[in-house]
Amino acid sequence: MSATGIGAAVRRKEDRRFITGTGHYTDDINRPGQAYAYFVRSPHAHATIKSIDTKAAAAMPGVLAVLTGAELAADKIGNLICGWMIHSKDGSPMKMAAHPALANGKACHVGDPVAVVIGETLAQARDAAEKVKIDYAVLPAVADPAAAQKPGAPQIHDIAPKNTIYQWSLGDAKAVDVAFKSANHVTKLDIINNRLVPNAIEPRAAIGEYDSGAGTFTLWNTTQNPHVARLVIAAFIGMAPEHKLRVIAPDVGGGFGSKIFIYPEEVVALWAAKRVGRPVKWVAERSEAFLADAHGRDHVTHAEMAFDAEGKILGLRAKTIANLGAYMSTFSSSVPTYLYATLLSGQYEIPQIYCEVDAVYTNTVPVDAYRGAGRPEATFVVERLVEVGAREMGQDPAELRRKNFVKKFPHQTPVIMMYDAGDYNASLKRAMELADYKGFARRKRESARQGKLRGIGFSTYIEACGIAPSQAVGSLGAGVGLWESAEVRVNPTGSVEILTGSHAHGQGHETTFAQVAAERLGIPIDNISVVHGDTDKVQFGMGTYGSRSGAVGMSALVKALDKIEAKAKKVAAHMLEAAEGDIEFKDGKFSVAGTDKSAAWGDVALNAYIAHKFSGQELEPGLKEGAFYDPTNFTFPAGCHICEVEVDPETGNADIVGWTAVDDFGVVINPMIVEGQVHGGIAQGIGQALCEGAVYDKDGQLVTGSFMDYCMPRADHLPPLKVDMTVTKCPSNPLGIKGCGEAGAIAAPAAVINAITDAIGTEQLAMPATPQAIWAALQKTNRMPQAA
Amino acid sequence: MAAQKGAQTATVSMTVNGKPVTGDIDPRTLLVQFLRENLRLTGTHVGCDTSQCGACVVHVNGKAIKSCTVLALQLEGADVLTIEGLAPPNGPLHPMQEAFRENHGLQCGFCTPGMIMTAVDMVRRKGHDLDDRTIREELEGNICRCTGYHNIVKAIAAGARAMRGSATTSKAAE
Repeated sequence: MSATGIGAAVRRKEDRRFITGTGHYTDDINRPGQAYAYFVRSPHAHATIKSIDTKAAAAMPGVLAVLTGAELAADKIGNLICGWMIHSKDGSPMKMAAHPALANGKACHVGDPVAVVIGETLAQARDAAEKVKIDYAVLPAVADPAAAQKPGAPQIHDIAPKNTIYQWSLGDAKAVDVAFKSANHVTKLDIINNRLVPNAIEPRAAIGEYDSGAGTFTLWNTTQNPHVARLVIAAFIGMAPEHKLRVIAPDVGGGFGSKIFIYPEEVVALWAAKRVGRPVKWVAERSEAFLADAHGRDHVTHAEMAFDAEGKILGLRAKTIANLGAYMSTFSSSVPTYLYATLLSGQYEIPQIYCEVDAVYTNTVPVDAYRGAGRPEATFVVERLVEVGAREMGQDPAELRRKNFVKKFPHQTPVIMMYDAGDYNASLKRAMELADYKGFARRKRESARQGKLRGIGFSTYIEACGIAPSQAVGSLGAGVGLWESAEVRVNPTGSVEILTGSHAHGQGHETTFAQVAAERLGIPIDNISVVHGDTDKVQFGMGTYGSRSGAVGMSALVKALDKIEAKAKKVAAHMLEAAEGDIEFKDGKFSVAGTDKSAAWGDVALNAYIAHKFSGQELEPGLKEGAFYDPTNFTFPAGCHICEVEVDPETGNADIVGWTAVDDFGVVINPMIVEGQVHGGIAQGIGQALCEGAVYDKDGQLVTGSFMDYCMPRADHLPPLKVDMTVTKCPSNPLGIKGCGEAGAIAAPAAVINAITDAIGTEQLAMPATPQAIWAALQKTNRMPQAA
Repeated sequence: MAAQKGAQTATVSMTVNGKPVTGDIDPRTLLVQFLRENLRLTGTHVGCDTSQCGACVVHVNGKAIKSCTVLALQLEGADVLTIEGLAPPNGPLHPMQEAFRENHGLQCGFCTPGMIMTAVDMVRRKGHDLDDRTIREELEGNICRCTGYHNIVKAIAAGARAMRGSATTSKAAE
């Protein structure tokens, strides 16, 4: 391993600009003549818009325009779309309601944008927004997914009776029933997977610009996938033809899924820029972000697991109601279906699985993918069932897991996925050693002496990442292919630019992609730069989410590097007057096998461009190659997280006193960055388990609408984290990478709740397990610390 | 925020990163807006609107404050230090900046300027030997969504040690 190649903990190339305050986030960019957009949003969860009077607002100082949904429709700006078709059990297509970028006739959630004011300054736009008079007829609202389908619930969209978007199922219901009939023990759980607000610390932002001479638009946008944004805004919204729209995602301050989607505000920024003939900037305020960024999770589930007398799992069945909010966001339909039910086999051999999912509209902010997206919900169901099953049957939870692990690969689950490689016992064993599982009883007694209840919880999770084989997802309803592209441009001086369709918003691609190329080409990492996030530079790409950039994006890079090497060998053969087949390339040097003749990387690069040593008719000058890589399978990162908590029975406070994570991500490019991804994921998972939860009141008002009310995990909520890895190579991609971005968020919630319920002696504990919730649960069990 | 046409404006003068600056501003302009829009010092970020996230932390007269929670006009004559002034451009990094890089104490980088400014102030108040618990409690006013704080805590402990006796320490922490 070289100091900067694959496997090295290289310090990040991108860090200097971030630690010196010289990064370029969207809000750091100002365009000449820029005006500002401020949105008028519905204060009601559900209301008919009877009239909008913009006269007073338009007369305010500095106001350039006040625009509404009527004008948007008149300009034939298309609706936002959901790009993944799900069919119900009866074969009918999902009920996608119209989603205009500005509400037209009806507002469906608090925060639904109804009008926009464009002002010379932000303050003027904001002041004028207060003068927009909207006459609403307030309608009854529903925020709770379980209530949305009940008779008498308010009807949100005519297209979807009983607010039901689809009723989908996966698996063989009859076979599962048979399996349950033969069961020795059945564990049953009712689970609420709490609604979360992603809250990347950089709020979303957009600058739209229109060049009337060229007829071209430019959008600077906080997006995880600029090309997908361009495609949707061109092909579906109809703003401009694709070749006349440039989307730039500059430095982006965190995404976690919430910046995948195509939102109303960027559409309006582009449209308004053309209307007023000035660049238009919009930056979300945090309170606005709570009402405008897609939320995550929000499942209500009943799940059951059947065991035989030895504790072998016979079957699993689950019925889930998934809240998709007021409109179907870009990928919302796929999250509670193909990203959820397909993972219900966990790390286990489960002969039969059946899952039903009803997706519903409610008068809440749209819900879409948030770190893990469906897989945390599946893991929570499986890992709670297994843990509770072990407790009910009096078995050791680690032993019960081990007994049921998939041990032979490839393994076909009953829910589509074919696991390709893994060693689940290895990560469990390593985690138990690191967590000193054997010493837990002693630590529990010590805690009891301090008046504390100690508990331990496991989560042996699996996820499907490396999203995704295009043909496979196409057959499941995806509107796009999920390959990735890369281009390698070698300059005449031998320095290299990598253009990737992946996009980094904290993941460190400028370092890790350069590591892959440095190792392959044998050149210093400082001679390599990584270009991403601009549709004028990178031809196409599918962006970053689903832990796909390593497994898919880097595989495309490897493919492009293969082509570079092949072409460079041809050049070297001419330079060295040898047969192409005799040229060997190693450590940045081309040599003729069996001789001492060689040419350095830089000389070959220069010769490729000056083209003096070969006929330009026989071999094209230049050294630049591109590749598209379409994966052949998902990847299957898996691992074991062990959480240890101390609960204070007086206050109900749960302190996480130990965290051990042992993950198998396949081959790791940069362990420092991978560990950082694990840390961040765990923090979000602990946040979900202990403190985060979006709360709507019965009128559909978001009660937790700021950082004062929505509990973000802070440094003192979290313990130091013990992180280690085991490795089984992913067989389906050239580098053997599985992906690491979501693991922590997927694994953590079940580990925390398993630990707390172990401590307090009841399974009746919903997330977030706040001190109040834990204290209330303890009042029913009356469990007190037992030091003896 | 630029002054509005025809609106009431006021003049404010202060020292920012060692340089005297003056601006005609809308009186409601927050310090963070003055820094970002008038002076184009965009390293100081805005991550919330309730003084919770700490992305906007700068030093005023040697103490860390949230620049989203003070009007620029309140700081007439003040000495303000932002992330851009912590180390000379193109020169060596401040030990705390270096510690964040070395310990992978940042991912997306958006909260980072505020974290570093808070950390430097923490050293001024709490000294160079900071334990895990102290650092975590002192970070109460700074939110990071990426790192799980693990490496930020490591970075601050290392940066605090490295600041002992370093030339930039006294300047930054004054």
